[in-house]
Amino acid sequence: MYAYDELDRTLINERVSEFRDQVKRRLSGELTEDEFKMLRLQNGVYLQLHAYMFRVAIPYGTLSSKQLRRLAHVARRYDRGYGHFTTRQNIQFNWIKLAELPDALSDLAEVGIHAMQTSGNNTRNVTSDQWAGVAPDEVEDPRIWSELLRQYTTLHPEFSFLPRKFKFAITASAHDRAAIKVHDIGLRLHKNSEGETGFEVLVGGGLGRTPFIGKTIKPFVAGRDLLSYVETILRVYNQYGRRDNIYKARIKILVHELGIEKFAKEVEDEWRQMRDNSALTLDNAVVEEIRSRFTYPTYEKLPHMPEESKKAAHDPHFEAWRKNSVAPHKVQGYAIVTLSLKPVGGPPGDATADQMDAIADLADKYSFGEIRVGHEQNLALPHVARRDLPALWRALDKIGVATPNVNLVSDIIACPGLDYCSLANARSIPIAQELTRRFANHDTANLIGRLHINISGCINACGHHHVGHIGILGVEKNGEEFYQITIGGRADENAEVGTLIGPAVPYGEVADVIEDIVEAYLALRARPDELFIDTVKRLGVEPFRERVYATR
Amino acid sequence: MPLVKNGKISGDAFVHVADDAEIPGEGAILISSARFLDDPETLLRRGGKTGVIWPNNRNVDDLVPYLGRLAVIGLVFPTFRDGRAYSQARLLRERHLYRGELRATGQVLRDQFVFMLRAGFDAFEVKKASDADAFTLTAKRYSVFYQPTGDGRITALHQRMQQRHSESAGQ
Repeated sequence: MYAYDELDRTLINERVSEFRDQVKRRLSGELTEDEFKMLRLQNGVYLQLHAYMFRVAIPYGTLSSKQLRRLAHVARRYDRGYGHFTTRQNIQFNWIKLAELPDALSDLAEVGIHAMQTSGNNTRNVTSDQWAGVAPDEVEDPRIWSELLRQYTTLHPEFSFLPRKFKFAITASAHDRAAIKVHDIGLRLHKNSEGETGFEVLVGGGLGRTPFIGKTIKPFVAGRDLLSYVETILRVYNQYGRRDNIYKARIKILVHELGIEKFAKEVEDEWRQMRDNSALTLDNAVVEEIRSRFTYPTYEKLPHMPEESKKAAHDPHFEAWRKNSVAPHKVQGYAIVTLSLKPVGGPPGDATADQMDAIADLADKYSFGEIRVGHEQNLALPHVARRDLPALWRALDKIGVATPNVNLVSDIIACPGLDYCSLANARSIPIAQELTRRFANHDTANLIGRLHINISGCINACGHHHVGHIGILGVEKNGEEFYQITIGGRADENAEVGTLIGPAVPYGEVADVIEDIVEAYLALRARPDELFIDTVKRLGVEPFRERVYATR
Repeated sequence: MPLVKNGKISGDAFVHVADDAEIPGEGAILISSARFLDDPETLLRRGGKTGVIWPNNRNVDDLVPYLGRLAVIGLVFPTFRDGRAYSQARLLRERHLYRGELRATGQVLRDQFVFMLRAGFDAFEVKKASDADAFTLTAKRYSVFYQPTGDGRITALHQRMQQRHSESAGQ
């Protein structure tokens, strides 16, 4: 965990007081809605279909139990008793009142949580691997660098009015759990041959109506130069990114229109004049200063396979959960436990205030008070002693977050869709709910294996449908909800945009079509352990198209 | 439209001269970039200070030969959403070491003051009188800054390093 110091606390308090003044000026009419819009967006406040929506940042997905309890408090006190975890390590509250927002922000600021730049045309919440610091295959903890970037991007005087939003993601593992290839800047931490820490820098990834996979602009930027390099990219983008058309304003379009070579040259020319700017250079001492404010648990020496686990192995329900939701930890005797926020029939990513409080208590008891939030809209307890797994499982099951469907077909990523969002063309949540019912049988889901379904209610792609193994995109046709289906997308280190399998289908047929696709896969796969995504890669979309449209 | 300069509301010594109006023989003037670049040397020789309004889509490198002789550079915010002039301001101040007046023009609102000050602006054509009145208070709203810019304000990282040094020196 990163611990705020007096400076961090002062800054967020100053921000809250500024926003309180802005809300006051809006309510008195001194600010027009047009003027206020940008200011509220910079504080995470959207106007949705029914009410204001409030998006709070969970930088690089790390939360303390105290912070989670405070989020529960906000859900209870200012909203309708629940929150929605998003695909970018944020939490959203859907029913907040404008006049109460400054108080909600102030309550959050007390525990070091803010909503700065969770929307608007600026640098958004810096996201990272939810297993950072505990994953066995990690080079080093990427959160140190995430925090450096969080501070660097917060209230940046040059980059608070960019052409469009701008998102960073960082991973330090070979297996990318942070989806860095679909971010404006993706950073892969690695070491060069001299053992120096640095980053492969990718630029121009993004989803939305024109999806692009990020391209490598520089294979290695030393850690000390990270901020000057990032500032260069932002400066080039701020000056040359398109501002004439909101749909062509993301950096991915600039990179695409110039070509990566030309864009890289622009950046290189600019960087040559910036890189020796000592104010941005991150000396070891500075990095160590930030590192020193991250605390790590004092782990015990524990056996790899404790008695408690062996005993519980006789319970098939426990075993099903353990095999599905428990991942290896870098320290022997410990495990990373994923908490599924995808119960059968539930909206993906929602948690009630009571669940949040209960999870905070369990984190204190079993995970050194720490909770993680992943882009798949699930939570994780990152430091659970294996001997505690049976007890933890019973407690999680009791509060409904032990559905053993992590990474399986019913672990669906979905945006809020037409039920909440003023941009949406179609509903997302009821589609997800119906699919979780269709695939509720755990044995069937296990037989199918890893399969990511992503649903977006409009072309803005908040549900990341382009990179779902199966992607579902809601569109509107003559006033009715239709859905385009893509297959073969993925968001990991081999990121790809999915391929459309055929004409859009009406709302009522979506679940049938998905079942057909899954059945086709089961019939087509070469071996039981060939994943859906690999079968699509091997055979292309044609056999799936035939299967789905033969009878339609 | 009130002008805030060096933190205070003040009269504007510069006259905005439209492109089709005659340039007065004396007195301080602000003219467009196109008019200025048409014949910069003659303009800079006339009696009276010269300032130029520079559009936000033109490279400030083109101004470099004249920086020492320009009294004002006005950068433009066509709307407060368009942040290109922040980059231009920092380039002028930090890379090209421009020391004259750097003026924010266009849609300049209270809520941008701190960003503008940090980017190097020291004069503001403020859209609303109430915002101009609130300048001093607004400029003091923040006491902690995460990023280094050329404005000399000390960053949080730097403050922490200083604290660390003084702590270890005191041991």
